[in-house]
Amino acid sequence: MGASRTNGSRTNGSRTDGSRTDGSRTNGGFDVDALLADDTVGIVVCCGSGGVGKTTTAAALGVRAAEAGRKVVVLTIDPARRLAQSLGLTVLDNTPRAVTGLDLGQGGRLDAMMLDMKRTFDEVVEAHATPEKAAQILANPFYVAVSSSFAGTQEYMAMEKLGQLRAQADREGTWDLVIVDTPPSRSALDFLDAPKRLGSFLDGRFIRLLAAPAKAGGRAYLKVFSAGVTLATQTLSKVLGGQMLIDVQTFVAALDTMFGGFRERADQTYALLKQHGTAFVVVAAPERDALREASYFLDRLGEEGMPLAGVVVNRIQRVAAPGLTAARAAAAEESLDDAGAGESTTADLLRLHAEVARTAARHAAVVKRFRTGHPGTPVAEVPAASRDIHDVEGLRTIGDALAAG
Amino acid sequence: MSDTAPAFPGVRLHVVTGKGGTGKTTVAAALAMALARRGQRVLLAEVEGRQGIAQTFDVPPLSTQEVRVLADGSGGEVWGLAVDAKAALLEYLQSFYKLGRAGAVLEKVGAIDFATTIAPGVRDVLLIGKVYEAVGRTTGSKRGRGDLAWDAVVLDAPPTGRIGRFLNVNAEVADVAKVGPIRSQADSITRMLRSPRTAVHAVTLLEEMPVQETVDAIAEIEGLGMPVGAIVVNQVREPLLGEAGLARVAKAAESPRSRGALAKEVTAALGTAGVRTTAALVDGLLAEATDHADRVALEAEQREEIAAAGRPAYDLPWLPDGVEGGGLRVLADHLLEQGMV
Repeated sequence: MGASRTNGSRTNGSRTDGSRTDGSRTNGGFDVDALLADDTVGIVVCCGSGGVGKTTTAAALGVRAAEAGRKVVVLTIDPARRLAQSLGLTVLDNTPRAVTGLDLGQGGRLDAMMLDMKRTFDEVVEAHATPEKAAQILANPFYVAVSSSFAGTQEYMAMEKLGQLRAQADREGTWDLVIVDTPPSRSALDFLDAPKRLGSFLDGRFIRLLAAPAKAGGRAYLKVFSAGVTLATQTLSKVLGGQMLIDVQTFVAALDTMFGGFRERADQTYALLKQHGTAFVVVAAPERDALREASYFLDRLGEEGMPLAGVVVNRIQRVAAPGLTAARAAAAEESLDDAGAGESTTADLLRLHAEVARTAARHAAVVKRFRTGHPGTPVAEVPAASRDIHDVEGLRTIGDALAAG
Repeated sequence: MSDTAPAFPGVRLHVVTGKGGTGKTTVAAALAMALARRGQRVLLAEVEGRQGIAQTFDVPPLSTQEVRVLADGSGGEVWGLAVDAKAALLEYLQSFYKLGRAGAVLEKVGAIDFATTIAPGVRDVLLIGKVYEAVGRTTGSKRGRGDLAWDAVVLDAPPTGRIGRFLNVNAEVADVAKVGPIRSQADSITRMLRSPRTAVHAVTLLEEMPVQETVDAIAEIEGLGMPVGAIVVNQVREPLLGEAGLARVAKAAESPRSRGALAKEVTAALGTAGVRTTAALVDGLLAEATDHADRVALEAEQREEIAAAGRPAYDLPWLPDGVEGGGLRVLADHLLEQGMV
């Protein structure tokens, strides 16, 4: 962890893609150590499409930062208990737990936690409502459904928890770096969009109108509104069943008295992501779809002025015998074959090497194309491991690879 | 094409799930193509708005209208559909309530957005509802009359992490819609999903986490009383070292003496093949072989996990160039040869 920043400013420079100009090397490498050593960075968000190794990257960054002296908490949202596997933990819930097996000689620490979406939502309700009101909300079937199964609640609660951890870190000094792994969304952009969507719908016009009669004391109140709304509620009653509307009305009215509006809350967490203390790490794999998803995300971060730290491309095939090209290996294997030694171990090794070299060339080509498409964006390439990563030692190796760029 | 009897003869709805990154959409497309090559008329539907079908078949983005994406020489066809919750709700309201201009009003006041986005479970009921409609659709003037519109429907479903919740529409709407048409729609959908006309297939790679998620998802789907179909193992790579080679590499990793002997042999053989060898080159080749042997061992462990799940498993080869340039057809042929369809 030798690298340290000489320029502590958080400016994004003039780049349209929002990448930091001050944290990257001139060769387009992603200086991970500089990012982790930068004490003005308090939040690192790892995002990317499913199956690219987001959780592993988040955990590896956590281990590396902690061993370099940062006080880190890693938040994972993934229900597949992947971080638990990666960190060798058996229990992960809404409580951050210390990760063992680290070298903390530099005074750092590492805690990890997995988001319990429903409990987080419950806690928000309990923190903001009177006990009676909270009990009423928690028992509402509409609330139960929204808090446990609505697609988007997960993202929303991830943001909420991120905000809470950040606030706790500032208040108590427990951590100085929060690393968050984003939910396994349909697309990487969902993480940014879903909270706003949920916030604005809960705060939206129709739901306000639905809530109105509960507040005014009767359904009759709706009639003075407009024929359109009456028609809409009647139709929805027919399709969804009348009880549902009543439940919605109680739910919305109850929430309404509690928050200063969901939209405002969502906007606040969104604003947190735009702050200079936040850094996005976009994770991808050397495949067309994953890199396309990463591109969308980069464009979006640029549009929103959100601070991009860099891109991590995992699982890059490396060649251990670079002196021999795929073509020459194939030719040599053929000549062994001609000489009647096609079944020999050497012929096997040559066949294998030709395949490895071809894969490596293909990976290099797609990454090069990606770099060309995103000039100035720092990129780190992480070699493929032959075994899956599920211990601190493995995460350390990934961290070394990340730092080597 | 082989004469193997199809493994899922009575199945009309193939639900394809899998962990993100396993190639779920590609496998769903290959399955649809394989069915079409058996002469069937197949609808391939996606529900997550990703336009994965359009990308896989290299056609313009799909709309909410069914469009033909493939015609096979056998007379079979694949049609693609991107199911959209809003369009499905409007269509549903139109056909059951003859709404007329009320649909536009609902849209305007935000009721459609509300129902498709916020109302829990309703979105999934609408999405699967559209698929349910397609499975039962007939060419006659009324439902149930005439021939079936589709011989088979293949659903590119949400990933393993969400599949249980997605398919369990009954439970999802149970809390909020105790009676009413959405409720009965959910009941009909669940009946279909639990019948032998449905099979839920899971796509995996020979890696720990995808296999673990597959095993978990299978247990979850069985728990819902829905028929689990096959496990499709995607991106399978042939071992490049034979049994003998693997054994020697493993031994060399443990004993310096074996390693020395192997290095010497390789150096000599490379010399006869006209390769100028250095110690670094031989070390590199052996390192690559050790990595490969590690991966082969890991894959063998995953094979055992898959076998323990007790479902029929089918292999699809890893395609260096993806599905471009006829790759999808290669995959479809593999499914046919192994008798999945």
